[in-house]
Amino acid sequence: MGTTLAEKLWSSHLVHEGEDGAPDLIYIDLHMCHEVTSPQAFEGLRLAGRQVRRPDLTIATEDHNTPTLDIDKPIADLTSRTQIDTLRKNAEEFGIRIHSLGDADQGVVHVVGPQLGLTMPGMTVVCGDSHTSTHGAFGALAFGIGTSEVEHVLATQTLPLKAFKTMAINVDGELPEGTTAKDIILAVIAKIGTGGGQGYVLEYRGEAIRSLSMEARMTICNMSIEAGARAGLIAPDETTFEYVKGRPHAPEGADWDEAVEYWKTLVTDEDATFDAEVNLNAADLEPFVTWGTNPGQGLPLSATVPNPDDIADADEREAAINALKYMGLTPGTPFKEIPIDTVFLGSCTNGRIEDLRAAAAIIQGRTKAPNTRFLVVPGSARVRLQAEAEGLDQVFIDFGAEWRNAGCSMCLGMNPDQLAPQERSASTSNRNFEGRQGKGGRTHLVSPLVAAATAVRGTLSSPADLEGADVLVGASA
Amino acid sequence: MEKITTHTGVGVPLRRSNVDTDQIIPAVYLKRVTRTGFEDALFAAWRGDEDFILNQPAYTHGSVLVAGPDFGTGSSREHAVWALKDYGFKVVLASRFADIFRGNSGKQGLVAGVVSQENIELLWKLLETEPGKEITVSLEDRTVTCGELTVPFEIDDYVRWRLMEGLDDIGLTLQNEQAITDFEATRGSWRPTTLPAKTEPKVEIEAARPVQ
Repeated sequence: MGTTLAEKLWSSHLVHEGEDGAPDLIYIDLHMCHEVTSPQAFEGLRLAGRQVRRPDLTIATEDHNTPTLDIDKPIADLTSRTQIDTLRKNAEEFGIRIHSLGDADQGVVHVVGPQLGLTMPGMTVVCGDSHTSTHGAFGALAFGIGTSEVEHVLATQTLPLKAFKTMAINVDGELPEGTTAKDIILAVIAKIGTGGGQGYVLEYRGEAIRSLSMEARMTICNMSIEAGARAGLIAPDETTFEYVKGRPHAPEGADWDEAVEYWKTLVTDEDATFDAEVNLNAADLEPFVTWGTNPGQGLPLSATVPNPDDIADADEREAAINALKYMGLTPGTPFKEIPIDTVFLGSCTNGRIEDLRAAAAIIQGRTKAPNTRFLVVPGSARVRLQAEAEGLDQVFIDFGAEWRNAGCSMCLGMNPDQLAPQERSASTSNRNFEGRQGKGGRTHLVSPLVAAATAVRGTLSSPADLEGADVLVGASA
Repeated sequence: MEKITTHTGVGVPLRRSNVDTDQIIPAVYLKRVTRTGFEDALFAAWRGDEDFILNQPAYTHGSVLVAGPDFGTGSSREHAVWALKDYGFKVVLASRFADIFRGNSGKQGLVAGVVSQENIELLWKLLETEPGKEITVSLEDRTVTCGELTVPFEIDDYVRWRLMEGLDDIGLTLQNEQAITDFEATRGSWRPTTLPAKTEPKVEIEAARPVQ
C-alpha cells in the first residue's frame, strides 16, 4: 500500500525507531527561535552545561513583542526589552544567526524563513510557536513546539515524537471572486471545529488548493493549528519550486536539480489511505468572519449573529453564550451592520506582500471610514521594503492607514499595539481568543479583502459591498 | 524531574470548555525570561473576579484541576504548564486536551489525564457539593478517586513511565547520539544551512512614527 506525504516526511527523518511505546526520534532540519519561547530553553542548556548541536540549522529573529513604531529608539517596555536583549545575548553566546530589530531580514519568524529560502519541501521545521504549521505549505513537516522541546532540539537537533494520524482536506472547485485562502481555512475550521484536527497532520488537496499561490497556501497551513492539528501540509509542485528558486538559501546547480527531483516524489501515493477525510467545495464558499472567541465560531459574512438556542450541542451552546456576551453581540444582527473600531492587516497568517497588494487594490482611490483605525503591519522588514518599492505604503498612508514596521504586533498584543477593552477589530490574524489582541478586546477574524473593505465602510464588509465593486479585480491573497 | 506515582490534593472544578492557553496565561506574562514564578499569571483575566473558582477559599489551595473539554488549545506556550505548576497544580483532568499542551505537560511533570466527560461531570458534582474535597490520582492504577467514586483515566504509556521514573527527555535522547551522528551523514547536500548567512542586500529600514 502507498504512503501519504506526511508519512514520507516522517520516515525520511527517522533517526531511531521507538520501542515498547517509546516515541520515534525525528531529525529536525530547521529550528527557528524568537524571544518569547527561547530564553528558558537556553537557560536550561546553561544549567545542564550543554551546547547547541547545530547552530548552522538554527536561526533567530525578534518578532513577538517588538514595537512597530520608533524602532530606532530603546524599547520602552522593560520586560520586552529584557526578552529581546536576552535573545541577543543567547544568540551570541551559542553562535546562532540572528536578525534583530532594524535588520532588513527581521520579521515574523514564519515570514522570514520562507523569504530567505530556508523553508523548502521535504524538510522538518520547528519553532516554539504554534503557527510553525505555516511552513507546511512547502510540503515540509512543520509544527510548533514548547520551550522544553526548543531546548531538546537545541541540544540534540532531534525530537522524540509519536506518529501523527493523517487527514485529507479535499477542497475542489474554484474559489468565487472576492473569496480567498483565508476564507477556505476559516470554513474548514468552522466545519471540523477547533478540536477536529487533534492528533492529525492535515494535508490540503484538490483543485482549489493547487491553484493557490505559495503565500495563499501559507495562509491555509498557518491556521491548521486552529483546527487543533499539529501540522498542515500541501504537496510541493511547480508553484512551490518557482517560489523557492533563486532565494538566498535555495540550492544551486546540481544541488537544485537533485532537490527538485526528490521534491517531485513528495506526494501522497494514489493508493495511500488517510485516517480521515473532509470534503469542501470552494465554489460554495464566500467571505467568512468569526463571531465568537475561538476560530471555529465563524460564518459567512452575509449571515447574521447566530442564536445559541439554535445550537444542539450543550457545550457548544454554552460556549456560544459566553462568546456572544464577551463579544457584545446580539443574535440576529447582520454581520455587515457591526461597526469596527480597528482594522488590523498583518501577522504570519496575512502579512505577506500579496496580502498587502490585495488590500491596497481595494482601498485605492477610496476613503477610510472616519471612526475606524487601520493598522498595517508588514510581516517582515523585507515585505515592508517590497511594498514601499511598489508604492503600496503611499496607498495605505493616503487612505489614512498607519504604516508600521514589521512584527507580530496586534495579532497577540505583546507590544504596544493592543485593543482597548470592548474595542472591536476586524483582524487578518489567526486567533479571536478573549483578550488576545488586548484585555477585553473583541476580534473578528477576516481575510485581507474583507479587512480592506471594512476599513472603507466602517462595518464588517466584503469588497462586493463597496460602491463601484464591479470594477474590482479578483485578488489572490 | 520529580517522580510522581500518586497524588492527593484538593480538586478544583473548572466548568468551562475550550480553555485555551491565552486564558491559562495571557501573552503579556510571556515576557519573563525565568523558568519559575508564574503563579500570579495563572488564569490572570479571571482572577480579578471574586466568583472565580480559585478565589473561593475552599479551592484556593487546589492541586487537581478538573476542567472541561479541549483544555489547553491554542498557542504552544509552555508557560501555561509552568503557571499551573507554579500555582500548585500537579494534575489536570479533562475529557480532551490540545496535543501540544498535553505534550508540554508530560515533559514538565504535570499529569494530564483524560477522563470521560461523563465522569468529569460526576467529579464536578462531588467537588461542588463538597468544596475542598480531595482527589487522589494514581498513575500506577490510572485511576482518579474522589470519596466513594473511582474512575479510570487515560495517559500515554510512555509519558506515564517517564512521570513515574522522573526522567529527563534530553538525557534519554542522548543515549542515541551515535544514531543522530549517523543520520546526519546521510543528509542531502541540497538541505539548507543557516550559516554562513545569505541574504538579499542589506537595506536601511526606516522607523515608522506615530500618526499625529
